[in-house]
Amino acid sequence: MSGIVGDGTVADGVDDDSSATEPVIDLAGVTFGYAATPVVDDISLRIDPGEYVAVVGPNGSGKSTLMQLALGLRRPDDGTARLFGELAHRFDDGDRIGFVAQQASAAKDMPITVREVVEMGRYPHVGFGRLGRGDREIVEDALETVGMAALSDRRIANLSGGQRQRAFIARALAGEADLLVLDEPTVGVDAESVAAFYDLLESLHEEGITVVLIEHDIGAVTDHADRVVCLNRTVQFDGPTAEFVESDAMRRAFGTAAALAGDSR
Amino acid sequence: MTGTLRFAVLQAGPLDALLAPVYWFLSLWSEFMFWVAAGTGLELLQYQFMHRAILVGLCIGVMAPLVGTFLVHRQLALIGDALAHTAFAGVAVGLFLNAVLELGVSPYLTAVVVSVLAALAIELISEVTDAYNDVSMAIVLSTGFALGTTLISINAGGLAVGINQYLFGNLSTVSAENAAILLVLFLVIVATVAVTRNQLLYVTFDETAAEVSGIPVDWYNRVLVMLTALVVVGAMQIMGVILVAAMLVVPVAAATQISRSFSESLLVSVVLAELAVILGIGASYYGGATAGGVIVLVAVAIYVTAVVVGKLQTALGEKRHAEVDSIGAADTDGGSAD
Repeated sequence: MSGIVGDGTVADGVDDDSSATEPVIDLAGVTFGYAATPVVDDISLRIDPGEYVAVVGPNGSGKSTLMQLALGLRRPDDGTARLFGELAHRFDDGDRIGFVAQQASAAKDMPITVREVVEMGRYPHVGFGRLGRGDREIVEDALETVGMAALSDRRIANLSGGQRQRAFIARALAGEADLLVLDEPTVGVDAESVAAFYDLLESLHEEGITVVLIEHDIGAVTDHADRVVCLNRTVQFDGPTAEFVESDAMRRAFGTAAALAGDSR
Repeated sequence: MTGTLRFAVLQAGPLDALLAPVYWFLSLWSEFMFWVAAGTGLELLQYQFMHRAILVGLCIGVMAPLVGTFLVHRQLALIGDALAHTAFAGVAVGLFLNAVLELGVSPYLTAVVVSVLAALAIELISEVTDAYNDVSMAIVLSTGFALGTTLISINAGGLAVGINQYLFGNLSTVSAENAAILLVLFLVIVATVAVTRNQLLYVTFDETAAEVSGIPVDWYNRVLVMLTALVVVGAMQIMGVILVAAMLVVPVAAATQISRSFSESLLVSVVLAELAVILGIGASYYGGATAGGVIVLVAVAIYVTAVVVGKLQTALGEKRHAEVDSIGAADTDGGSAD
């Protein structure tokens, strides 16, 4: 629990007063490694409500690890990770977060309908109880929003990749999440659906949801996100998307990775 | 049935006091079965041991697929097999203690304890190593079986005779006490699944998302493996150690072929399992075969049928789906389902 005396870590009082905007995600000097070498090294990052942030970086740059740290699925070796002002690994208000992973992660071969998947978004709200009328209405609304109402009784295994990811977005919406975290959501989704998918994200962002998008595909990101965080073990770039496109951070990050892959260390 | 009751009272211990309402239910059930026998003239319903066997079978038909559904879709089908073999070790421990210390406990109770402990061990190992791995499962499986055979052979004599009933199951050896134990296990299992269905489903379908949403995934994994241990011990009486895992897997696999929704698959797997149990018990009685084996064969036949039906469904449904797809693609904001 303790031992998180990172460099210049902000003290606990921070969450109460500083009224205006409490950051949704607040990483301070976060370091984590599976073995001796850190996968992410001394990362400080603050994401405020309403932002649309893309986290990019080459394969193995620590994107997914950083996401797991930010969501409290892993605990940092050093530094602090806060979610809505609480230490991430102790954060238990799970209904504030909607999570959409790479498609491969879900057991999509099991018999389950789109509606049943979306209903999972309500589970954190009902605990051991059953879904009530209000919950069902929220589920229908979410299905409607992502344009899956007509397919709601279809088995998830029989959907295309794009439709399936829309179902997962609907699940996050049904949870009434303030924060939507997507980990390479468009891997294995056909190009046409990808465009529709980003349009959907865009409109959700306009409604005020904080979007954090972890992506390998830089092209998709630069078209949509307001802010880009380029990662390769450390933060290589953090700023507005337009600046990112002009800077050479992208080449540095991805180029470095290629070089590293060459001489195997 | 009064015979059953008197037997129970003679054996009276603290356990029997707790089980009194269950024995009462067993006698009611037996009376009902006699009534059915009188109405239908079915020979196999005239014996009290068959009444208990059928009741135990019906309970297995509910609880095995209920828990098995969560296991199969997590690719954990093998864990039932591993736990069945540790349950065998538990039976051996019970027989050994009875022989050495004359404790007089039911071997099924020691089996419950040992296999629940083994279940927790498997789960904790997987939490530490971050993956369920076949190797540790295989080690637990063979350790359980080795321990069982060793203990039994040490004080062989009379014990070796009784071992077949645990390996292959037996309809005629379901005592009132064992039936009562099973009914208690049944209630615990069904109640637990009923309460935690949503959480188990979320963890099964998408573990990471479940964890992000605040569900303590590790705890539900522990609950699930412990439930599996209980099912295995309960079903072992009829199915036997070697075939017990089939009831966790085969009806679920069949239901997966023909169901669309999760709720439907739960229901269908229970119905198919009951069908296998009833047909299997009937066929084994009249054919003079071991019930466990016949039940599994019937279940597999049902599975094969389900695969064929599933393929036909898909073939027939493809056209209809294609139409819905075109609606879906052309933006569905008007596609009102409500």
